[in-house]
Amino acid sequence: MTAQPILSAHNLTRDFRVGKRTIRAVDDISFDVQKGECLAIVGESGSGKSTVANMILGIHPPTSGTLSFHGEELPVKRTLLHREKIQLVQQNPLSSLNPRRSIAASLRLALDVHKHGTRGERPQMVQKLLEEVGLDPSFANRSPSALSGGQRQRVAIARALACQSEVVVLDEPTSALDVLVQARILRLLDDLRTMHGLTFIFITHDLSVVRNIADRVAVFQYGKLVELADTEALFENPTEEYTRSLISAVPVVSTEEVELRGRLSKTEAADGGVESPGA
Amino acid sequence: MKRALTILLSNPLSVVGLTLVTFVVLTALLADFISPYPEHAGAVVDFLNANKPPSAEYWLGTDVVGRDQLSRIFYAYRVSLGLGVVVLAIAVPIGVTVGLVAGYLGGWADYVLMRITDVFLSIPPLVLALAIMGLLEPTLLNGMIAVTAMWWPWYARLVYNITRAQKVEGYVLAAEVIGAGKLHIIFREILPNCMPSIITKMTLDFGFVILIAASLSFLGLGVQAPTPDLGSMVSEGTRYLPDSWWLTVFPGIAILIAVFGFNLIGDVLREVLDPDL
Repeated sequence: MTAQPILSAHNLTRDFRVGKRTIRAVDDISFDVQKGECLAIVGESGSGKSTVANMILGIHPPTSGTLSFHGEELPVKRTLLHREKIQLVQQNPLSSLNPRRSIAASLRLALDVHKHGTRGERPQMVQKLLEEVGLDPSFANRSPSALSGGQRQRVAIARALACQSEVVVLDEPTSALDVLVQARILRLLDDLRTMHGLTFIFITHDLSVVRNIADRVAVFQYGKLVELADTEALFENPTEEYTRSLISAVPVVSTEEVELRGRLSKTEAADGGVESPGA
Repeated sequence: MKRALTILLSNPLSVVGLTLVTFVVLTALLADFISPYPEHAGAVVDFLNANKPPSAEYWLGTDVVGRDQLSRIFYAYRVSLGLGVVVLAIAVPIGVTVGLVAGYLGGWADYVLMRITDVFLSIPPLVLALAIMGLLEPTLLNGMIAVTAMWWPWYARLVYNITRAQKVEGYVLAAEVIGAGKLHIIFREILPNCMPSIITKMTLDFGFVILIAASLSFLGLGVQAPTPDLGSMVSEGTRYLPDSWWLTVFPGIAILIAVFGFNLIGDVLREVLDPDL
């Protein structure tokens, strides 16, 4: 590709010491992420996908290798600007919001830290963010315990938007949610990506989710990158044995089911994407 | 707030606790107005009425120099509560800060701060207080210093453990990834999650501080005469047992009321403040 990648990893390696042994969680991985694309990282637990995410976010420094953002190497100690531009949506929306702080306070933090808007404007910015993720602005003063899992995940997404981030690392953002809510959150993410020109790094073990949202897929096994291909190509014609076994493990959908889904999705669209406050 | 009150009032034990504590606090605050003989709080001598048993005139009897016991108990509450407030107001912020910083930063800060805490925790509290009181003069101020020195490490331990557990929660990671400062994360994100446990422990400790202050003055190392104090009242009264029983029994009951009241509230408060309920 000709355009400069927004994020690239060069020979990324990360070791963990467990007692006296050293375990190589991520082994010499290199990849590029283009602006506006959604790169899925799939693999079993322990394949190193979350470790890669943590290195991208600057939570762990790489043992060796480098990461660059817009062609510039990311330092081990991230600046506030890097923090602003690379954000995270976590797997568990129950723990990712502070139970003792209001929704507004959680969103305000991002605005305050990065000085977006003036103090007077920020309450309105919080309201706008909530609207943007399909929540009623009245949610601002509630505590996270008054929200459902899907609603909390929307707040977590709003928090990443509040940073005006360019790259969002989505660490299994839908795996703690039920299927219907999952579909809505994926749709919301896809809409936001187009609207804000976001770049997604979507970490998941769920290949059916990958097919819906990802442009390209990176398959990890034992800390190594075994295959990196366009989503369609990967599903049509996986080159690696391991990828083939992952795909064949996805539950098969019959033609009847596909038809049923088509009919059901029309009725679902009628009641809108916004969940009821009690849901 | 309304929910908290509903829970407190729905539990018979906490209603008793609340009543006792309200009684203690009110008598302490209003001692000047409700005491039958406010001047008896000081060095008053009235040998004509010395050592009188409870009567209509002196509800709880008089002490060996003829001072009204009821009035002296009200003023003693004022001293005890004042002591409790001052000790906790100093010990809690120190202990909580130590626990938060050690728990969140980890590494050498954890090692140094928590080993200091362990040293304090390994000394029996009353012995440490006695040692400090022995080194310094046995005054009310030194009594407070002694009790404070042995109180903060318990808060450091408590908050340290909660902080260690909260540190791995997603909201802390989220704040770090956003780029929030350490001070914000420690005091605005983690501290609010420690508050229910801290407040509960403070309520329970209020009773214990009163008790330990009474113990110290029982041993003659706390509040000095003529300031009224429950511990020294019991201590002096023991010399006149069993004949002048009112000299020890009533101050003893007064200690019991205060300590029991705070303990009852503390237990129920734990339920009220738990965020998961």
